[in-house]
Amino acid sequence: MSVVTNTTTIGAIDAPSRRNTELMLMVFAVAISVFAYANVGLALNGELPSGMLGYGLGLALLGGIGHLAVRRFAPYADPLLLPLATLLNGLGLAIIWRLDQSPRFQATENFVPAASKQLLFSAAGVALLVIVLLALKDHRILQRYTYISMLVALFLLILPMFFPAVNGAKIWIKIPGVGTIQPGEFAKIIIAVFFAGYLMVKRDALALASRRFMGLYLPRGRDLGPILMVWAFSILILVFETDLGSSLLFFGMFVVMLYVATERTSWIVFGLLMSAAGAVGVATFEPHVQQRVTAWLDPFDGWGKLAASEQMAKSLMAFGSGGTLGTGLGQGNSDLIGFAANSDFILATVGEELGLAGMMAILLVYGLIVERGVRTALAARDPFGKLLAIGLSGSFAIQVFVVAGGVMGLIPLTGMTMPFVAAGGSSVIANWALIGILLRISDTARRPAPTPAPSPDAEMTQVVRP
Amino acid sequence: MSELTLTVMRLGFLAVLWLFVIVAVQVIRSDLFGTRVTQRGSRRTANDARPPQARQNAAAPPQQRQQPGRQRRGAPTKLVVSEGSLTGTTVALQGQTITLGRAHDSTIVLDDDYASSRHARIYPDRDGQWIVEDLGSTNGTYLDRTRLTTPTPVPLGAPIRIGKTVIELRK
Repeated sequence: MSVVTNTTTIGAIDAPSRRNTELMLMVFAVAISVFAYANVGLALNGELPSGMLGYGLGLALLGGIGHLAVRRFAPYADPLLLPLATLLNGLGLAIIWRLDQSPRFQATENFVPAASKQLLFSAAGVALLVIVLLALKDHRILQRYTYISMLVALFLLILPMFFPAVNGAKIWIKIPGVGTIQPGEFAKIIIAVFFAGYLMVKRDALALASRRFMGLYLPRGRDLGPILMVWAFSILILVFETDLGSSLLFFGMFVVMLYVATERTSWIVFGLLMSAAGAVGVATFEPHVQQRVTAWLDPFDGWGKLAASEQMAKSLMAFGSGGTLGTGLGQGNSDLIGFAANSDFILATVGEELGLAGMMAILLVYGLIVERGVRTALAARDPFGKLLAIGLSGSFAIQVFVVAGGVMGLIPLTGMTMPFVAAGGSSVIANWALIGILLRISDTARRPAPTPAPSPDAEMTQVVRP
Repeated sequence: MSELTLTVMRLGFLAVLWLFVIVAVQVIRSDLFGTRVTQRGSRRTANDARPPQARQNAAAPPQQRQQPGRQRRGAPTKLVVSEGSLTGTTVALQGQTITLGRAHDSTIVLDDDYASSRHARIYPDRDGQWIVEDLGSTNGTYLDRTRLTTPTPVPLGAPIRIGKTVIELRK
């Protein structure tokens, strides 16, 4: 090379591990949660709640264990993921406890206090996070299990079809003595591993374009195979499990990862068209989905006639009565929503008691988690890690959008839970594991660069023997 | 509990929540602008740390650039790897010489045990016709089924085989 014009290099500063930043944010997150808990108690009973010490200590212990595990096993991991998740989990616990205290909510059938159970599930979730950090020394190990994880994910997704429907959707499996599990939450993580491993190998072929049409590079016909397969499968979920949420989540995740892997915008266009066609098609004959669509189009029309519509309308009224600054924790009437007020509809309580301001803050916290995931994907050095991180954060984002959009009436309501905030064991445990994997990838990505590998020029060329 | 206390708590809680978000964003900010600019001497270490993809692009030799406008109709515009570990890789043909081999400064760095460090090169002659030339490789370069001995013009779509890799010129 004769002339070198560029004489500067732009590189990242060798990132400090930033564990102390994480600790500080963690203390802050726990303090906010305890504040919320105290606020609920003061508003409801006029005194500090008796369980405050136990609750605060429990949450601090969870955060502390998570933090120590990260300090020990993933010292360069992203400093924000853990405190953000802890804050959401802590706020969720406070709101679930607040709904447990409400006499109107206690009067609904099948009422069981959920707060202490949720704390237990959170503990299990953090334990799983520690296990992930301990057992998964390098996320690239997961690449070996690409096709096994496909089988496991398919199994987990198909399993609930053989169990009776709960509230119209077949997404739960019931194990006597243990309770109900929502395997879809775990399948979400496992299938991200499959998509990442598969797309890493196939992405160059899938990026080949046949011709240009209206500014889009159309993929070759035979490359449509994978997306059609995943689409067909998500339609099958929609038909047999009548769950719009999981179906949307899996298809959306695949499209996001396909787009990131191939850089072809046409995949997004195809994905949107296909999911719209699928959802509309299924909604014409599936009564459960139809009900949800009716409730979405005009919730107040079904008042007193259709439970789904009425619930939806109550949720909208909760948001409305919250206004900009909210009614204050423990002072709203979102418990009127009744059934599922502390799981699918928990955002209505946030919207009413914290108002638009609080709602935005919570959504921003979710957004920050997603941002850290995408940032991790950008920083990751290996394509598998990149795709896995983008898949996990993409699925997280889609889930938040689908739930928040459903509760606010932007899209038809789907039976999914708000990660970390909503009551539900599977969701909390699976999402802690998801954070664990993201922490592991970000630890690998932010670790100071290793010494460069020896040059392959020095290796011998193998000779073809006829 | 008085109305005032509850109002103060309500607003205070929102303030604290937003403070957390702002602090978190501040932490991110230090991440976003966390780059430094260093003078590059003759050190190769900085160069080696970059991912191979970027290295390939940067290594395309700037010399031997022909005047544009020489492109004839029906001339190939890109080179496509159609088999081997790099399947799907394309390189735009803009009159530059394309070197193939396992050496790091090749235009297409072949990750192929049967390729030599400097295996072959593909370059346009004066008429804009693309020529492939074997650079004394161990296992040879094949155009269709024939092993190359001299620089040979490459027809559109004819497979050039190097080890397990197959390359074609396309429009």
